[in-house]
Amino acid sequence: MHQTAINLTFIDYSILGLYIAFVIGIGFALKRYMKTSADFFLSGRSIPAWVTGLAFLSANLGALELVGMAASGAKYGIATCHFYWVGAIPAMIFLAVFMMPFYYGSKARSVPEYLKLRFDERARAFNSISFAIMTVFASGISLNALAKLLNQLLGWEYNICLWVCSLIVLLYVLKGGLTSAIYTEVLQFFMIVLGFAPVVWLGLKDAGGWTSVKDKLAGVATDPVALNLVSDASKTFKPDAWTSAWTPLIAGPSQNPMGVDLFAMIFGLGFVLSFGYWCTNFLVVQRAMAAKDMTAARNTPLVAAVPKMLFPLLVILPGMIALALSATAGKEYRLPQAIITQARMTTTIASIKQSASGGTDLATAQENLSAKAGVSFNPAKIAALLKSPETLTASDEKLAIRLQDAVVNDYDGVILSLVKRYCPTGLLGLALTALLASFMSGMAGNVTAFNTVWTYDLYQAYIAPDRSDDHYAWMGRMVTIVGILLSIGAAYFASMWSNAMDIIQLVFGFVNAPLFATFLLGMFWSRTTATGAFIGLVSGTTASALFHACTISQGNVPGVKGGYLAKLAVLPSDMAQNFWLASFAFTVCFLLTVVISLATKRTKSDEDLKGLVYSLTPKQIVTQAWYARPEFIGIVLLIVCVYLNYLFW
Amino acid sequence: MGLDIRFPIGIMFTLIGLLLTVTGFVTGGDPAFYKISLGININLDWGIVLLLFGGFMWGFAILEKRKNKNQ
Repeated sequence: MHQTAINLTFIDYSILGLYIAFVIGIGFALKRYMKTSADFFLSGRSIPAWVTGLAFLSANLGALELVGMAASGAKYGIATCHFYWVGAIPAMIFLAVFMMPFYYGSKARSVPEYLKLRFDERARAFNSISFAIMTVFASGISLNALAKLLNQLLGWEYNICLWVCSLIVLLYVLKGGLTSAIYTEVLQFFMIVLGFAPVVWLGLKDAGGWTSVKDKLAGVATDPVALNLVSDASKTFKPDAWTSAWTPLIAGPSQNPMGVDLFAMIFGLGFVLSFGYWCTNFLVVQRAMAAKDMTAARNTPLVAAVPKMLFPLLVILPGMIALALSATAGKEYRLPQAIITQARMTTTIASIKQSASGGTDLATAQENLSAKAGVSFNPAKIAALLKSPETLTASDEKLAIRLQDAVVNDYDGVILSLVKRYCPTGLLGLALTALLASFMSGMAGNVTAFNTVWTYDLYQAYIAPDRSDDHYAWMGRMVTIVGILLSIGAAYFASMWSNAMDIIQLVFGFVNAPLFATFLLGMFWSRTTATGAFIGLVSGTTASALFHACTISQGNVPGVKGGYLAKLAVLPSDMAQNFWLASFAFTVCFLLTVVISLATKRTKSDEDLKGLVYSLTPKQIVTQAWYARPEFIGIVLLIVCVYLNYLFW
Repeated sequence: MGLDIRFPIGIMFTLIGLLLTVTGFVTGGDPAFYKISLGININLDWGIVLLLFGGFMWGFAILEKRKNKNQ
């Protein structure tokens, strides 16, 4: 990629320096409070709800979210909000009202430990091992993306970015443990909001306001191929495809840019994937478990839900603004693309001329072009170029413009392109620090979740039980260092083998899909047995893999995208395949867990399960007024969420 | 746990706000500087916002500390 690098002045560096000094300083300031392993891994369960709530949200916000949501906002429009309004809020409310009492009230110090108390070691081992590996890779992916971004944007050397950022995170987590991670996550939350809000505001102003954006996107929807949003020249959408969240969805997969149907969205994303992540992922649950009491723990996800509902304004809107600007004449803005260099343009032009005159088929012509240009092209535009008689007669300048226009969009570059477009020095430093902050909060979150699961669920459980608390606290520090080193390793792996990375993430998707079924049955049905849970979990994961192997989405070749064993179903898009896979895996896990539980004997008595199952747990003595109870707050939040959906129907 | 997070947040944003506000003042006379941000002196405007936010946070933290001392 050859975009112009940004120049930072000492003002920008000062802002960056201040931020780094403060996050490291927080770590050192907390060092003296880290006396026991509970202090290090669980913050001694002493943190107020507003802090754990914001940390809950912030840990989830890796930079991949900031970059990715803006990318999706451009690619899919307002439908991306479903990831928040359908795919997060309901699950967060459910966690607060129904599940936190079990996580916080049981003696479990982690999510896998809950599984051990409720079922047995098999479920715990499966969950802790898969989570530990997943979370290290997640950290590595984030780190790799950050280093690449900084390299691209500022010209800083990749390796230096990688090691320096890791060192900063290492310093504050090593000194202050989970508390350090949580506190810095809150700082980072404000940094992210205050750093990006002005950019979004400037963008909205430049685009002429929300109504103007809507108008422009209506135009885009009726001619999406012009901006390389689709690869089929005949594809059009109704004008509201990018600005209406539900109507295009209800109309069917061919009517919305995401290519999903209503059921897959609601059940696959809204239920299975969403609840599977927010209710069982230790990365976020760990923050709620660090709260100072049961009420604070239950309020944590609710506190997080409020900014979460409003986040689309900060992260998804910029993508839509970018798209609207691209469609506005005179703004001199276009969705970012990889640039074909001068050097390569000559041979690329020669290639297209050759293909056009020689009557080469589209696929070969594209291959040749991509090889010469070093970028990917939109097939629809290349097909048009091949057909047009002008291709052979037009000047080189004209062809160069048309070829560059045909390059696929780099959606991940959208948020950065807006930062570059609007930020003078000063604000620039702030926005870049905000980006850095989002990466760090994700990485610190992953590292603290990893070191806790390792120390309690793997090391203490299987390798060295019955040692002193000091020993485990020591192990926690050691494994923090190891965890960071492993993240760096995963980052290098990701940078070198991005295809292998896709496979790894795929596998993690398989593991996540059935998880929620196990927890749901475990928490609400006392008849669920350990054998049932374990077999259900493993089968659900296998079912995911099988579903993936036997289905493919339109336009993809069998392989990493699926369909390599058989082609039993063709789904309209990658997202649709993902959501249906989740639905299938959940159902398999659920049914098998129920059936096998009924066929096997219970190994735990009702007394054992007290505090672990809904029906066997004494209800929390309610001391708050009715309007302060999690149930009531949850209902209010749900109503607001529904209203937001209605507003953007 | 020991440290009231509002202190570091408040102080940091006050400092950053100060930095941006001063930058905004110093460069305010140069129209070319802010052409990129639609002619708005965004450093000054947003710097003041950050200053206020940082100040509020810091203020809350100090109040809380006083309240705890008096208890």
